[in-house]
Amino acid sequence: MNLHISRNRILTLIALVAFFLLLAYASSNFSPYVLRIMNLSAIYVIFAVTFNLIYGYTGQFSLGHAGFAAVGAYVAALLTMSPDQKVANFFLQPIVPLLANVQLPFLAALVIAGLMTAIFSFVAGWPSFRLRGDYLAIATLGLSEIIRVLLINLQSVTNGALGLKGIPGYTNLFWSWGFAVVTIFVVKRLVDSSYGRALMALRDDDVAAEALGVSLLYHKMLALMLSSFFVGIGGGLLANLISTIDPSVFLFFLSYQIVGITVMGGMASLTGSVVAACLYTVFLELLRPIESPFSIGSLDVPGMPGMRMVLFSALLLLVILFSHRGLFGGREFGWDWILDGFDALRKRLKGSKERTGADSDSEEAS
Amino acid sequence: MPFQQFLQHLVNAISLGSLYALIAIGYTMVYGILRLINFAHGDLVMVGAYSVFYAAAIFHLPWPLSFPLAILLTGALGVLIERTAYKPLREMPRINLFTSAIAVSFLLENLSIVVFGGRPKAFDRPAFLNANISIGRVRMLSYTPVIIFTGLVLFGGLMYVVHRTKMGMAMRALSRDIETTGLMGINTDRVIMFSFAIGSLLAAVGGILWGIKFPQINPLMGVTPGLKAFIAAVLGGIGNITGAMIGGFLLGLIEIMILAFLPHLAGYRYAFAYAILVLVLLVRPTGIMGEAAREKV
Repeated sequence: MNLHISRNRILTLIALVAFFLLLAYASSNFSPYVLRIMNLSAIYVIFAVTFNLIYGYTGQFSLGHAGFAAVGAYVAALLTMSPDQKVANFFLQPIVPLLANVQLPFLAALVIAGLMTAIFSFVAGWPSFRLRGDYLAIATLGLSEIIRVLLINLQSVTNGALGLKGIPGYTNLFWSWGFAVVTIFVVKRLVDSSYGRALMALRDDDVAAEALGVSLLYHKMLALMLSSFFVGIGGGLLANLISTIDPSVFLFFLSYQIVGITVMGGMASLTGSVVAACLYTVFLELLRPIESPFSIGSLDVPGMPGMRMVLFSALLLLVILFSHRGLFGGREFGWDWILDGFDALRKRLKGSKERTGADSDSEEAS
Repeated sequence: MPFQQFLQHLVNAISLGSLYALIAIGYTMVYGILRLINFAHGDLVMVGAYSVFYAAAIFHLPWPLSFPLAILLTGALGVLIERTAYKPLREMPRINLFTSAIAVSFLLENLSIVVFGGRPKAFDRPAFLNANISIGRVRMLSYTPVIIFTGLVLFGGLMYVVHRTKMGMAMRALSRDIETTGLMGINTDRVIMFSFAIGSLLAAVGGILWGIKFPQINPLMGVTPGLKAFIAAVLGGIGNITGAMIGGFLLGLIEIMILAFLPHLAGYRYAFAYAILVLVLLVRPTGIMGEAAREKV
């Protein structure tokens, strides 16, 4: 048994090393356009995995991802911009002296961004988790809008509706995918621990879970604050990737998109979240042409801005109505799954009449 | 503040409050019966306003025709949403129903961005709603009393339906216990459909009046009123129709009065409703009219 676990660990390590070698190759050989899509994929992976923690595993509906990402993005941006850049940005009203001369290394800025975001999530979580029911959704959606109002109005801190320009582009594949891997690792370890069991217990039946001694408030807060910590980091990575942010980047649409990605990937499946986030980012890019004017033969079709989101939301509705399991259902990708699949395949090729492969067959089929 | 100016604000608050109340009723009825926050409800407000806009802009319908038509259309859309997106999921975990509501709202908003265009459009008031009038020494545009009057008539009608008709009795029974009500021989599907129809009709009226009061419409115009109306419903006691009306008026009153007495907070006006929500959740989660929910194990 011990040997079994260490085999999987070694395989994971090998896969990680191979993955980062691939990233190293990509970052020096791929075009900036492809790199940007890869970076964005990693950020969406962080968003989707953290949303899955609160939604898929804990059964709570948070619509605050947009607001939380905004907090992370602004904190990281303000902490990494040089004092000169800040002077250039804040021409309507000077920046508060406290922030004017701060400039931190990227890692420190990201961690602070995560912590600040976790504190913000507490404000939405505390009043709504004290009650049973679905108040979290409305509290987080409201908080998300309030954060936007604050961003617009706190001119001397956030530069208001003008937003921030010239944020240093520190985000590269190692930062973005590095944090994506860390997020997946932490969330996976959490859901496999006794805390994770408690989260799933309260998702399935909160009354029974409470009767067994699970503190609902504590565990829900834990899931929310942990997930928003990483959302804040994701927001920081985003700010330092796109280098220009303003409050309209973080409309509630962003939260809806993350709901869609996670649902399509499959509730309580981290594999699903990762795959769906990457597919989403890539397909959104591939479908870009349908929003610009094109012509079929002599027929001129005018561009339809927003069409991609219509397709995406229609697809989301179809998934929820007809499959409700998403791409991966609740299953995870794992070494056991692959190796058992190989074993079964080998046995079948040998012509063995045993029905050992039945299980993995049905898994592969769906 | 002079008394006359105070009256002016009060009239404004009541008209805003009746808009919140009209929209809040739909939220509270659906929540009372299905325990679902119907996120698509706010978007029905938008659909109502756009229906009137296009009826006038493309088909040149006069308002006595276009208003009822828009209201019926929106009501039908509400029922269609219930049938296709909510009914099949009723037996599933509630989070699926919730996700479906988000998906519908997302789809409606994106569709209207593509179909109607993302740019705001000017909403033309019918002439009789645009006249200067004064009652006593309070001056206003004529739409204000019309909004208040429409609200009061509809609330009266709704109270009659809910408390004096068989259908209303069935609705109240359903909000107590959906299964038992079904066992008593009541067609629960029909009652749920009826509730969605009523809620959507009221949302459409709210949307049209919203467009008349704030004559610029855009595809996301339903989001903020929707969020605030939901908060009004929580304030009044979620699931309670009388509570939704009281909550709506109260929210309008609080918002306008904070603005009137503390004008320098104007930039943060969207934050008031949210602060109220947090306060209600902390202090009295059942709202003004709500009763404590029974725990069912």
